[in-house]
Amino acid sequence: MRHLLSTEGIDPAAATAILDTAATLKQSLEGREVRKLPTLRGRTVVTVFYENSTRTRVSFEIAGKWMSADVVNVSSSGSSVGKGESLRDTALTLAAAGADCVVVRHPASGAAHRLANWLQDAGTSVVNAGDGMHEHPTQALLDAATLRERLGDLADRRIAIVGDVLHSRVARSNVHLLTALGAHVTLVAPPTLLPAGVANWPVTVSHELDAELPSQDAVMLLRVQAERMYSGPAGAKGNGHFFPSAREYSIAYGLNENRLKLLPEHAVVLHPGPMLRGMEIASSVADSPRAAITDQVRNGVHVRMAVLYHLLAHEEETA
Amino acid sequence: MAPRQRGATDPAGERELLSAGDVARTVARMAHQIIEKTALDAPSAPEVVLMGIPSRGAPLARRLAVKINEFSGVAVPTGTLDVTLYRDDLRRGPTRPLEATKLPDGGVDDRLVVLVDDVLFSGRTIRAALDALRDHGRPRAVQLAVLVDRGHRELPIRADYVGKNVPTARSEEVHVLLEEFDQRDGVVLR
Repeated sequence: MRHLLSTEGIDPAAATAILDTAATLKQSLEGREVRKLPTLRGRTVVTVFYENSTRTRVSFEIAGKWMSADVVNVSSSGSSVGKGESLRDTALTLAAAGADCVVVRHPASGAAHRLANWLQDAGTSVVNAGDGMHEHPTQALLDAATLRERLGDLADRRIAIVGDVLHSRVARSNVHLLTALGAHVTLVAPPTLLPAGVANWPVTVSHELDAELPSQDAVMLLRVQAERMYSGPAGAKGNGHFFPSAREYSIAYGLNENRLKLLPEHAVVLHPGPMLRGMEIASSVADSPRAAITDQVRNGVHVRMAVLYHLLAHEEETA
Repeated sequence: MAPRQRGATDPAGERELLSAGDVARTVARMAHQIIEKTALDAPSAPEVVLMGIPSRGAPLARRLAVKINEFSGVAVPTGTLDVTLYRDDLRRGPTRPLEATKLPDGGVDDRLVVLVDDVLFSGRTIRAALDALRDHGRPRAVQLAVLVDRGHRELPIRADYVGKNVPTARSEEVHVLLEEFDQRDGVVLR
């Protein structure tokens, strides 16, 4: 594996290898005096974030450092990106400066793929840390790692993904990965928040959350992405056109305590964060033992260590 | 299957160095040596733990612990120590899957750790194991037990307990077979 750009078409064996590595790393690092492995010593990982992010950037940074890689962070403000340098020039600069891996977050769907194409000859690996409304593969992997921890094997498990599927790269990556691992995915959302062409996805679609909950092994709530909901002239923001009000969204699709009771005892609640408490998820639900939200963050570091290991620990065979 | 004559080469080009019975006797002898050298049954005995290096070092460590318990009455804790992430040859081959690392309760601090592996060859695995061990704590001392020492060392490392010394050519491969993985015990040269 040279890049991690997408979970679409991912080989289930490759995905399972990453998840197994992450689980072993987690188990091996627990309770250790030194949480640092020499594996990627001398390798350089650059994170380039064109969008704000705390958990993903920090998670990659910690993962790289725990593997002894040198980690350099570039954000769009305070760098040549802010001066208008193109993504291509930034990429070529980083490769020329000796980056072995570029972790990129970009507001445009497909940016990570473009980057990987430009860096094809440079031998630099690219990890997609979220590209627009397209994909966020490491988030899907850490969700799968968390689900495997709580539920065991994911084959034939039923997982509901609830909320703003339209704008969610997390939902897309999860649909591809979870179905590749044998799970049955149900998307639950108002019709306005479902993407065109969803009928061709390998999922069941529903608009009624209450009807779906009793049969699910896990519920994954999505963030309502108000910043991607343009309702007027270019650049204007607002969420009025996708659902009537936050209150109505909360009544129809928010996971509150009453809804939690509809779920089977063993079912797990996930949220990729940041959470809109009181709207997408009731505070009491987010803080309950049924929620695996902090586990997701914890597993994020181990999953990203596993991804860096699989991309960087060996020389790429020449094709 | 009829027992093969030791040392004979079978049609598959495999020469048996140790039979199943030899493996059992060798493990028992190594257990006696560990008891003697560490004096783990003495009143002021050090706390000894056996750390097997996966994959085949792990069951060997467990077998040694059973024998040590049988001969001395001392229950020696065992664990496993995966060294993959500490290897210096990771970049030379395809991605290696990781194995579990499991320290015994109480960790390795101030204990006498006996590393257990199946074959001692270049010494690089043991170098990696020493690095890995250092990240888990500070043992009082570290010793090494191997079932087979086949020579060709590339580092100044030697074993404290050796089941069998086997002079080999570099082109040959020594395989330790264990019930847990191979449905039979033995050591063969291919």
